[in-house]
Amino acid sequence: MTAELTRGQNHPLPRARLEIRVSAGTPVVAGATLGDENGTIHGVEWVAHPGAPVLPGLEVSRQAAADHRLAVDLDAVPDAVHRVSVLLALPVAGQGPARFGAVAAPFTAVTGLDGEEVASYTLTGLESESAVVALELYRRQGGWKVRAVGQGYAGGLAELLADQRLPEAHQLAGGIHEAVARGLARSVPAPPARTADGDRSRPAAPAHGPDHGTAPQGAIGRVPSASPYDPPAAASGAQPADGQGEHGTQRPYPGGPAGADRPSAPAGGAIDYSHPRRQSAAPPPPPPAAPPAEPGRPARPVAGDATGWSMEERLYNQVWGMFEDLARTTAAYRSAVDFADSRREKELDQVLSDPRSRIGGQGDAAREAARERYEQLVSRAGEVLDRDVAQLLAEAEVVEPALPAAYARWDNPVWHAYRVPMEIPMALRLGDLHLPEADRIRVPMLVRLPLERGLWIDSGRSASSDGAVTDSHEMRRLGLETAVAHAARLLAVYPAGEFTVHVIDPAGAGTQALAPLAQGGVLAAPPARGAAGTADVLGRLTERVDLVQMALRGGAPDALPPGLDTSQQLLIVNDFPHGFDDRAVNQLRYLADEGPAVGVHLMMVADREESAGYGPLLDPLWRSLLRLTPVPDDHLADPWVGHAWTYEPPLVPPGSQVLQQVLAQVAAARISWRR
Amino acid sequence: MTVNMTKGQAISLQKNDGGSLTSVRMGLGWQAAPRRGLFGSRTREIDLDASAVLFADKQPVDVVFFRHLVSDDGSVRHTGDNLVGGVGQGGDDEAILVDLQRVPVHIDQIVFTVNSFTGQTFQEVQNAFCRLVDETNGQELARYTLAGGGAFTAQIMAKVHRVGQGWSMTAIGTPANGRTFQDLMPAILPVL
Repeated sequence: MTAELTRGQNHPLPRARLEIRVSAGTPVVAGATLGDENGTIHGVEWVAHPGAPVLPGLEVSRQAAADHRLAVDLDAVPDAVHRVSVLLALPVAGQGPARFGAVAAPFTAVTGLDGEEVASYTLTGLESESAVVALELYRRQGGWKVRAVGQGYAGGLAELLADQRLPEAHQLAGGIHEAVARGLARSVPAPPARTADGDRSRPAAPAHGPDHGTAPQGAIGRVPSASPYDPPAAASGAQPADGQGEHGTQRPYPGGPAGADRPSAPAGGAIDYSHPRRQSAAPPPPPPAAPPAEPGRPARPVAGDATGWSMEERLYNQVWGMFEDLARTTAAYRSAVDFADSRREKELDQVLSDPRSRIGGQGDAAREAARERYEQLVSRAGEVLDRDVAQLLAEAEVVEPALPAAYARWDNPVWHAYRVPMEIPMALRLGDLHLPEADRIRVPMLVRLPLERGLWIDSGRSASSDGAVTDSHEMRRLGLETAVAHAARLLAVYPAGEFTVHVIDPAGAGTQALAPLAQGGVLAAPPARGAAGTADVLGRLTERVDLVQMALRGGAPDALPPGLDTSQQLLIVNDFPHGFDDRAVNQLRYLADEGPAVGVHLMMVADREESAGYGPLLDPLWRSLLRLTPVPDDHLADPWVGHAWTYEPPLVPPGSQVLQQVLAQVAAARISWRR
Repeated sequence: MTVNMTKGQAISLQKNDGGSLTSVRMGLGWQAAPRRGLFGSRTREIDLDASAVLFADKQPVDVVFFRHLVSDDGSVRHTGDNLVGGVGQGGDDEAILVDLQRVPVHIDQIVFTVNSFTGQTFQEVQNAFCRLVDETNGQELARYTLAGGGAFTAQIMAKVHRVGQGWSMTAIGTPANGRTFQDLMPAILPVL
């Protein structure tokens, strides 16, 4: 029998082992604090939060999510603890709502392990609060009770913790948000929404708000991009008939590619009724048809077997489709193995606790049976996985060679036939992703262009996951090499003169690794050296961001000074924070925050530890960048299930001259373009 | 063969030709609440939700509902939340598709439920129905009329479960009360 609590009401708890479920329409942080009889938290070790999820008798989630299950074992809670407060907070990073008044009322429930609800409480009436104590479990006469609290704090977590007399409230609140943001930063941005035909949901009705949002909890981290030159209409609040308004962040392809982004396109207040991506009314060429399957066998895979208006878009969608398929089939396999594991455990426990099993061979037979049942289930799950992996592998084998240069690995022959393109591609391959269960499949990690986030090539020692002996010097060299490969790829996939790369190398430590770029004649200027050089480059880019922003906000994009370079800009920073003073750091942060919207992107080659001297000042910078590693590392999560995928950087095969050849063509095209 | 169910009735549904089901859809439809107030702004909308719970040996493993539209393994897909209902002419307003061939090997039962999220009982909802369709040929396997079905806010519709190498379906139709499928877990466990 469920007790539906109202604020202040309490209810006895029949069991010590419980689950606390939280459902909020939007990702929230869930945590718990332990308090003594006066409700005082005695230190940071009395708080369970995403950065420190496990305390005796208590476990919370490591990430912000729309749904949480907190495990509680009240028997295991220390005797000194008299209160367990369950708290919810809105994450500060990202684009989410900043107050509970803007989201649907969170629902909390205390349930038994069988899922049976003991008591529930819906936190209604919250307004400007961004953190709230939802429930309190407290000792009463040898037992435990739950009380619906619903006490919100407009000052957020820090104020909430301070109210429970935690001395380090502010530091801890910062630490919690940091841990959550790290969780967010690990996620691969959600893929573009698929065609809307299956999605019949309406825009959320006022009664429910985001509570009924259709985004699954994994769909975090997608920030709708404002492409550099389209905001004039958006800023003035016009832009009606594009038919995408109500989809908000679900816009299939934020920041539409070529065509819509050209500086010449916007025309004051006139409304362009044409679809930004469909220049002609002609239907797209039909996708290649898969030959009919032989009976009893799956259809033979074909490259470009997905929806889209061009082969490029179809391949992009196909790759994302393969990514999702692999994530899901692996989820099925892992779930089955987990279940088989826990079932075997349970059966073995039963054998142990059954006195009859001590006589004769009965126990052994039961153990053998449990093992066999386990093996059977795991091998059946393995068969399904193998079948699916084989099918995806066959698909990858036809898709990989068909990829255009921007999507292809450096060893793909398409790079040897490279020609400077006339159009900006839809997306760029940042590397490969794979899972241990399907080691042979490398999913291309494609991100949309123009880039929505800067890149951080982590040259820290901790980055290497395989325990290989890689010293810091070597890591720094690998990091810069990776950065050069990424930058060369970006230069190569943009039309001549539409992408400009600046390099800051304060101490000149990267001269050798940067040689392909510096000597290839593709940089805007030689790598900047020393404090003066750094200040100069940062100053110029900051000024550019200011100017373009002003022009866009003022609705006059054509009023930019005639000499202004309107191409996309990439700033590579090596050896950070070497040679950076406070002013330079601030400018860098400004570029990271404001740059992407106006076509200025950052690529930092840095070891976070080395810049620790700046304290939390730089944390937002790291958070705003997509972390990539120069060596394989499993730090990226997919948007559907959240597996940890191993990322591999796209390195040029050893001994290959393809990078130099490509850059030579880019350089030649730049020269002829300037004439 | 459509079976018109009344509450509590249980029928085992093997495909007529002896074959096994490969793909089923649970469809849910109801009529939007009539407009009230001068401008129709005082309408108390009716929001029914369809959910599917995946069980392995009586343990819930995954759930597909309006906040989690696709099961992690991808075999069960919800077509999206409908908050207000349709015109009440028999079309599905919400649907859950199950590809039985892709269900993970350890999942042995999938239970379908309907909840009234806004709290109206099925007595207050007009033209509400819930049906199970064999997706391969569009044939309706079972249909329940929820409207006037009693003072309940939820119903455990049916389950599909493994039988030998294939699947079969049992209609359940047990009424219950609750806002989301979580509220129904105690009522679901006895029917597994």
